[in-house]
Amino acid sequence: MEKTFVCIVCPNGCTLHAAEENGVISVTGNRCPKGEEYAKAELTNPVRTLTTSVATVFPDRPVLPVRTSGAIPKDAIMPAMRVIAGLRVNHAVACGDVIAENFMGFGVDLVATDDLRV
Amino acid sequence: MADYDVTVIGAGPAGLAAALAADEKGKRVLLVERAARMGGILNQCIHDGFGLLRFGERLSGCEYASRYVRMVEAAGIETTLLTFVTRVEKKDGVFHITLVTKDGVRTVTSTALVLSTGCRERTAKQVGIHGTRPAGVYTAGTAQYYINILGEQPAKRVVILGSGDIGLIMARRLTLEGAEVLGVFEAKSTPSGLTRNIAQCLDDFGIPLHVSHTVTRVFGDARLEAVEISEVDEKMQPIPGTAQKIDCDTLILSVGLIPENELAETLGVTLDPRAKGPVCDQNYETLVDGVFVCGNALHVNDLVDYVSESGASAGAAAADYSGKARELAELTADGGFLYAVPERLDTAGDLSKTVVFFRSREVREKSQVSVSVNGETVFTKKYQRLKPPEMERIEVDLSRVKPGDRVTLELREA
Repeated sequence: MEKTFVCIVCPNGCTLHAAEENGVISVTGNRCPKGEEYAKAELTNPVRTLTTSVATVFPDRPVLPVRTSGAIPKDAIMPAMRVIAGLRVNHAVACGDVIAENFMGFGVDLVATDDLRV
Repeated sequence: MADYDVTVIGAGPAGLAAALAADEKGKRVLLVERAARMGGILNQCIHDGFGLLRFGERLSGCEYASRYVRMVEAAGIETTLLTFVTRVEKKDGVFHITLVTKDGVRTVTSTALVLSTGCRERTAKQVGIHGTRPAGVYTAGTAQYYINILGEQPAKRVVILGSGDIGLIMARRLTLEGAEVLGVFEAKSTPSGLTRNIAQCLDDFGIPLHVSHTVTRVFGDARLEAVEISEVDEKMQPIPGTAQKIDCDTLILSVGLIPENELAETLGVTLDPRAKGPVCDQNYETLVDGVFVCGNALHVNDLVDYVSESGASAGAAAADYSGKARELAELTADGGFLYAVPERLDTAGDLSKTVVFFRSREVREKSQVSVSVNGETVFTKKYQRLKPPEMERIEVDLSRVKPGDRVTLELREA
């Protein structure tokens, strides 16, 4: 299997080329180790960090920005949005606080990325 | 004696960094912000990718802002929120700044001024979209405000005009929140946004990008009902016979940002028509002594890390401002560049680590950027590829430059 894609890890946006032969993936076009890591994941198990918002019960701050503390499978992004649509924050939050632990069983937390001062 | 040594106007990433840098030098600093909280536009940038250079981490915009707001609060810097600057005047070498707050109007005086007023989005009227004026035509930043701050989804079926980064980010955001994004249309022949944003915001969600296409007409009375899309030629003029109508209720515009310099202009600051912000020296001091500028008010950056960097430099320089006359030389970028900043060099100041930011005018492979003083090359750097959407930064030792020297930035094939 061979694939060419743009690295999303940093603003350099390297064009990566990943090829698999006998279970060994070789990556070219990357300018750093993170690019190699990204390319390998892209070929085997593509993952993304989800950034979105959670509804609150406070009219002055109706939404609280959140993100997953690590990457989750790419094809779980839309299902994750449906789970998040069911959440409501009803208390003050500091940036970095956990909103949902072990989110959807992926081993990462859903964390606040902003303060919610009420 | 003035009330403050340094007054910073705008508490976005540039202003926060400027206020911190001036405060670190022990100066009396006032930070003025129009909104109810500090952080500027970062507060609505809930996506990640911020801070890789500054913090070595991939933060969301609001996380990046929070870090700076906490530093400003911890330093005890005087801040006035919900405050609008209506007027700035320079009298006898001191700035008189008129502030409108909830408590009324007051005037403060300051020795130096830092303008960190950010930038504005170009609107439909500025890109010549004709037709009716229905609801549903938003700039990308307005749509972002609706979703990320107000928690409202303003769209169901969306067409995006322009491939700037905010437009790409909003294509993904609108999709995540349940809208159908029918396509991103770009009048230029190459995308405007960062390549990685095309990958993670469009490709990931199967959103098509059509270059050399633009919106030529909008339809609808109360609410947008459709847009007309046409192919454009290399001069970006619509090609007759290529028009197609697309049904949609929302048109998002991501057609460029312009530095906000209304206050700067009232002070008589000279603007650079290429960078669209004030002409400045390596310390970000404009051609009006004591007026410093940084961040997106200076030129539109694609990374916040560079916004903070220019803010910190401007703030530190504003703190050191003594009113002593500068001895300026010109730094001229040749036609291969879209623009380069700074445009002047103060030879009375430190030039050993002059930071130059630039963008190429066109996409170029294998290029060399060089800096020369009176025709003698003092710096070269090779690039595999240069793209207008991706700003570059170089650091050059220009301590040899004397007033009246001819300093040029040149771009040629490598």
